[in-house]
Order: sequence, then structure tokens, then C-alpha cells
Amino acid sequence: MSDSSTSARPRVPAVEGWFTTDDEPALLGNRCTTCSTVFFPKTSFFCPNPACSGEQFEETKLSRRGRIWSYTDAQYQPPPPYIPRSGDYTPFAIAAVELADEQMVVLGQVADGFTVDDLEVGQQVELVIEELFRDDDNDYLVYKWKPVAS
Amino acid sequence: MTDVVVAGVGMHPWGKWGRNFVEYGVVAARAALQDAGVDYRDVQFVSGADTMRNGYPGYVAGATFAQALGWTGARVASSYAACASGATALEVARAEILTGRCDVALVVGADTTPKGFLAPNAGDRPDDPDWLRFRLLGATNPTYFALYARRRMALYGATERDFAEVRAKNARHGLSNPNARYRKDFSVEDILASPMVADPLRLVEICATSDGGAAVVLTSADYAKRKGIAQPVKVRAVSTVTPAFPQTVIEMPHFATDSGAAVNDAVTPFKDSIAQAAYEEAGLGPEDLSLAEVYDLSSALELDWYEHIGLCKAGEAERLLHDGDTTIGGRIPVNPSGGLACFGEAVPAQALAQVCEVTWQLRGQAGERQVEGASVGITANQGLFGHGSSVILST
Repeated sequence: MSDSSTSARPRVPAVEGWFTTDDEPALLGNRCTTCSTVFFPKTSFFCPNPACSGEQFEETKLSRRGRIWSYTDAQYQPPPPYIPRSGDYTPFAIAAVELADEQMVVLGQVADGFTVDDLEVGQQVELVIEELFRDDDNDYLVYKWKPVAS
Repeated sequence: MTDVVVAGVGMHPWGKWGRNFVEYGVVAARAALQDAGVDYRDVQFVSGADTMRNGYPGYVAGATFAQALGWTGARVASSYAACASGATALEVARAEILTGRCDVALVVGADTTPKGFLAPNAGDRPDDPDWLRFRLLGATNPTYFALYARRRMALYGATERDFAEVRAKNARHGLSNPNARYRKDFSVEDILASPMVADPLRLVEICATSDGGAAVVLTSADYAKRKGIAQPVKVRAVSTVTPAFPQTVIEMPHFATDSGAAVNDAVTPFKDSIAQAAYEEAGLGPEDLSLAEVYDLSSALELDWYEHIGLCKAGEAERLLHDGDTTIGGRIPVNPSGGLACFGEAVPAQALAQVCEVTWQLRGQAGERQVEGASVGITANQGLFGHGSSVILST
């Protein structure tokens, strides 16, 4: 029987169209072609800017780096629809990250191996793609924030 | 304009009773009617605050309570606004009185909650941010509370001990409150020994989910006068404002804030705007307050609220706490009821429970937790999806 951690299991995004999975992964938002406001996750149909009646949007990559606005962790396993990873539950950290160009804050889990003890408000982080959970067939991927070595 | 008054209030004690929410609502409603001295058959409008966790009867709470109390042909409405549902139901009832369509309205909210973290309803809903935040982030409600707490530590030097002191204060406030679920004294050391749930927040610092019910009888001031209702309390303002765009503070259940890059209008931050709108309507300010009931979903969030409702400038909440200003006997007691720390949250009842407490305080009926000479009180509350509320009452 092959070891699932070494076999080439299909790696699929846990959600469609939210991020790229290339060597330099980025979040995918969209920009209103009328007022230029950027949205993440993507907005659809109508621009949420009350001063804008735009209905056309173009996909745009968000900044791959930002600074931690705040952070916390999940010491207890969250309830469904959270899907636990295999094995014993391991607490994970969550960061709210401020993107300077977009002037927005985006929440994400923190990359595997980092705890709140490794984090600070103001610290620089970078977007990475890692496993969120797996089932018999696939590894499901999500974006996470990883501290940038200073 | 017609003045609207609180003629009566009532509650079913908070707990984890595990019974049908309708029972709690009816107990609270009957208590409020009795408190007002109003016969239920004189109620012309029943305004229910909905619960999302008890099936169809919960979505039509106004009709559910009206039927349980006995059909009388009264008009009904049912409102859902997350944690602000009770205030929205109150506002719907008040509007009926203000427009002159009725003189007497009954507002009821009650909930039966599951154990543990509040989670989305079952079923796959990948278009629902409240579902997605659990699936993709594992972000529970305490996640967001903890982000604000950590931010406060980074910005203002707040400490875990400060947060524990808020919790200890509220524990003392709630000790004698017969409607509170938790009536236990906690030392700061007890609290700091409680297990960490979402760093830096510990188990006893995070609001539990509770069963409970609260009800308010609203009448026109004329009706109260005609019927000789004792100590009517004036409803000076009800604020149910939404955020302004761009909303650049992360809020439940969202993944990201609005971007402030293209539209850089200076907008009042949402939680500040909730109380501001109430002050404007009432023609009162923070300096006029005798007490406040604010939404301490976490110990640390109470400190944020001191600033959002204008009790002090940003970064000064810890000083207010340490000076004893917000303790009963201090300059501006906050959460004399014991707050969510002692109640836990029964979502559709909670904003009404705040109104009940302020009413008892303004009438001088709060017993051991009485704020001396209370004449003006404010409530402040926030729910997810852009909901929030603030009610100002005065003698």
C-alpha cells in the first residue's frame, strides 16, 4: 500500500477562483471598472460602493505581502463545516493581514508550523498555498499567511 | 412627536434549560405585561425577535409568541438582525406607536441554543460567507473577538490582566442578579488560569450561548398617563444603523474589509456610529449617562465599547477600568447587570435584556446592583452582517 504522503495525490483548491497556485501564489479579487475599487472575495453583479453604479469587474491579483494587523489561534477544533485534518487536532493560528496598496485587511490561517508565539502585529507575511484538509481522493488547498524571515 | 415609553419589562432567567424557546418568551412576556399592569388583550402589536436555531416557529417569532399568548387579532412583525434582533423588534414596535397606528405593543425575544461554539446551520452553502469562514478558515466567533483583543494590546498596551479585570468586575456586578446564568465570583487569578480558547482570550472571558427570554411593553406616553402606569421610562433613541462604505475594520463573518484605496471618504467607524446616531436622536451625550449596558462578547470587547460609546478617548479604556469608573459606585458603571459575562448570549433576547436592565436601573429597582440616582442609560450591541444597535432610555 502506498504512503499517501508521498504518492502524487491530486491537489485541488478548497474553493474555486479565490487564489492562484503557481510558484508565486496570489489572492484573486476583482476591480470595478467604473470606480476602481478592489474586492476580495470577488464581488458580483453590482459594485458595493454606494456612489458607483458599476456592473463590470476585472479579475485582479492582490498583493502577495502584507503586515499583520492582528492575530489569534484556535485552541479548540472549530465546529463543522470546518473539516479537521487527519490525526489529533493541532491548534492553528489565524492572522488578519493589512495589504498596503489595497488598503484592506484579509483574514487567513497562518502557515503550518507557526504559532502565535511566532507572530507580532506589524510583522511582514507572504501568501503561501498549503493543505487545508484531505479526503480519500484529494488534498484540498487554501491560502495561508507565512511570516517572512527578517 | 408622540413620546414612546417602556411601560413594563420582564425576563425568563438565562440558563441552559434545554426547553422550547416559546416557553421562555411567554414567561418573559407575561412578566412584562404584569409589570406594566397591561392586559394582554389590550396589546395591538406583537413584535418578535427571531431565532435561527429553532426551525420555522423561530423565523416567525412574532406570530409564534402571539399564538402562544393567545390569538387576539393583533398585528405582528418578526425581525432578524443577528445580535441586534431585539433592538430591531423594539424599533418596529416603536415606529407603530410613533405613527399613531397603535398605543400598546409587546416586544419579545427568546432563544434555545445548542452547546458550544455558535456554528452555521447545516447544509453546504459555499456562497454564504458565514459558512465559508468555518470551512476555509476555521474562524469561529471568538476568532474575531480575539483579533480585536490582540489589536488592543498592540495599539494601547492592554494586557491579559486588564481583560481579566473586566471579567472580574462583571462577575461581581452579576452576583445578585436573579436573571443571570453565572453568579460566581471570579478572581483575576482564576480567570488567568482558565484555558486559552483564542489567544489572548480565555474560556471564561468569552460569552457562552444561553437559553433565555426578554420582553418589553412599549406604549405611547399618553396611554401610560391615561392608565396611570407607574414610572414609565422614556425611549429617547433607538439606533439600528449600518456601516458606511468603505468599512475598513474586519467584522464577522467576513474574510476581508472593504478596500479604502479607491474611495477614501472619511467615514465614522461602524461601532462608533451606532452610539453616535443614538446620541443625536436623543439630544444627549456620553456626559449625560448614568450607566451603560454594552455587548461584552469578550472581556476585551467591553474596553473597546467604552471608546465606541464615547466614555473616553481611544486608548483610555484601561485607565477608566482601573480608576473604578465603570464599577457600580463609580462615575459611569458599565454592565451593572453582569453583562454577557454573567448571562451568556440568547441572541434574539439579548438586546431586549439590556433594555430590561436599564429600565430597572432607571426605576431604582435593581436591588444590590442599583446605580444610585440613575437617570439616563444607554445600551450598545453588535451582531454580524452589519447589524448593531443602541437604545437610550431616561427617567
